[in-house]
Amino acid sequence: MELVQIQRRLVDYTKSLFMEGFLDAQFLQLQQLQDDSNPDFVFEVVSLFFEDSEKLLNELTIALDQPNVDFKKIDSHVHQLKGSSSSIGAQRVKNACIAFRNYCDVQNIEGCLTCLQQVKQECYLVKNKFETLFRLEQQIMASGGSVPTTELGF
Amino acid sequence: MARNGGVAWMRTTEKIDGYDLSTSDTEEVHVLAVDDSLVDRKVIERLLRISSCKVTAVDSGRRALQYLGLDEEIQKKETNGFDGLKVDLIITDYCMPGMTGYELLKKVKESSAFREIPVVIMSSENVIARIDRCLEKGAEDFIVKPVKLSDVKRIIDYTTTELREGEQREGARARRRGINKRKQREGDDDLSSSPPSTLSSSTSSSPSSSIQSATAPLSPSTLDSPTRRLKMTSSE
Repeated sequence: MELVQIQRRLVDYTKSLFMEGFLDAQFLQLQQLQDDSNPDFVFEVVSLFFEDSEKLLNELTIALDQPNVDFKKIDSHVHQLKGSSSSIGAQRVKNACIAFRNYCDVQNIEGCLTCLQQVKQECYLVKNKFETLFRLEQQIMASGGSVPTTELGF
Repeated sequence: MARNGGVAWMRTTEKIDGYDLSTSDTEEVHVLAVDDSLVDRKVIERLLRISSCKVTAVDSGRRALQYLGLDEEIQKKETNGFDGLKVDLIITDYCMPGMTGYELLKKVKESSAFREIPVVIMSSENVIARIDRCLEKGAEDFIVKPVKLSDVKRIIDYTTTELREGEQREGARARRRGINKRKQREGDDDLSSSPPSTLSSSTSSSPSSSIQSATAPLSPSTLDSPTRRLKMTSSE
């Protein structure tokens, strides 16, 4: 595939992620922080997020499996996950965390379990999206091209 | 001549009473960033570096106090190697396990050595009561997360301005003291006729313009533009 075609594909793909709500404006902020002196910044932050979220999701699974559920602890973990997802612009994960916290507030275990599943699902989905995004970027760089900036026309 | 005397005097007395009047040390703001989240620490560190700051990032209020040398449980002499650089600004998350950002703010403002350091609180919760509490305790500003480049730029801009104004005041005071000392020593009538305000006003105009370029790598109009990246790389 020609360089121009891959670049076009990346632009369209990124736009779709915004349209579908996977990413929000904070992701654009991250991209602005990437430059020649820090060419892998976005990749590094996103990777940190997935390391972090995996740990948190494991803790949450264990915590909700206890005979006496510690809602304070669960709320604390979800708060953390909400914070870091918000910092990278992972909008759907963030929103799923907000819903999760609401069920925590009213100590609804069933609601919490459903939300945990949803958060896991959203993390899984956005992880795949990022992997595709980074793969396209790598293809562009390998062909000697530069990664086009995200311009949102809507 | 008074003018030559004035210039010679400035060169030899650049470090009066420990006040360093050179501009290079004060152009880079040293920020102590406190956040328990690894992701947020990485982001805030980058935001600050790209805004031409020196950054020290720690993961708790306790470590922040240790860095400053304020931790009661660690003797000051043990932290000598740790707290080398003077901190110009503290930016801290509010919700942290152990010591919250609010508690850190309190400790800093209650310390005679560090209460002058501006403290900025970051929080994902936009709660008026919380914001008020922090401002009442002496917080400089309150940023709602997620933190953006424009938030950091705004804070660094007025921190730098305050630092520069503080330096000018200190410098002017120091110069006046220097002039008085020289008068006593040499009975030099020329110096007594040159007003201190002339000296301080001639140094104040250039540093402020150089500060602008040092701390504002991005012009406000292109700050949030997605095309900034392309513009930056093509100009570099």
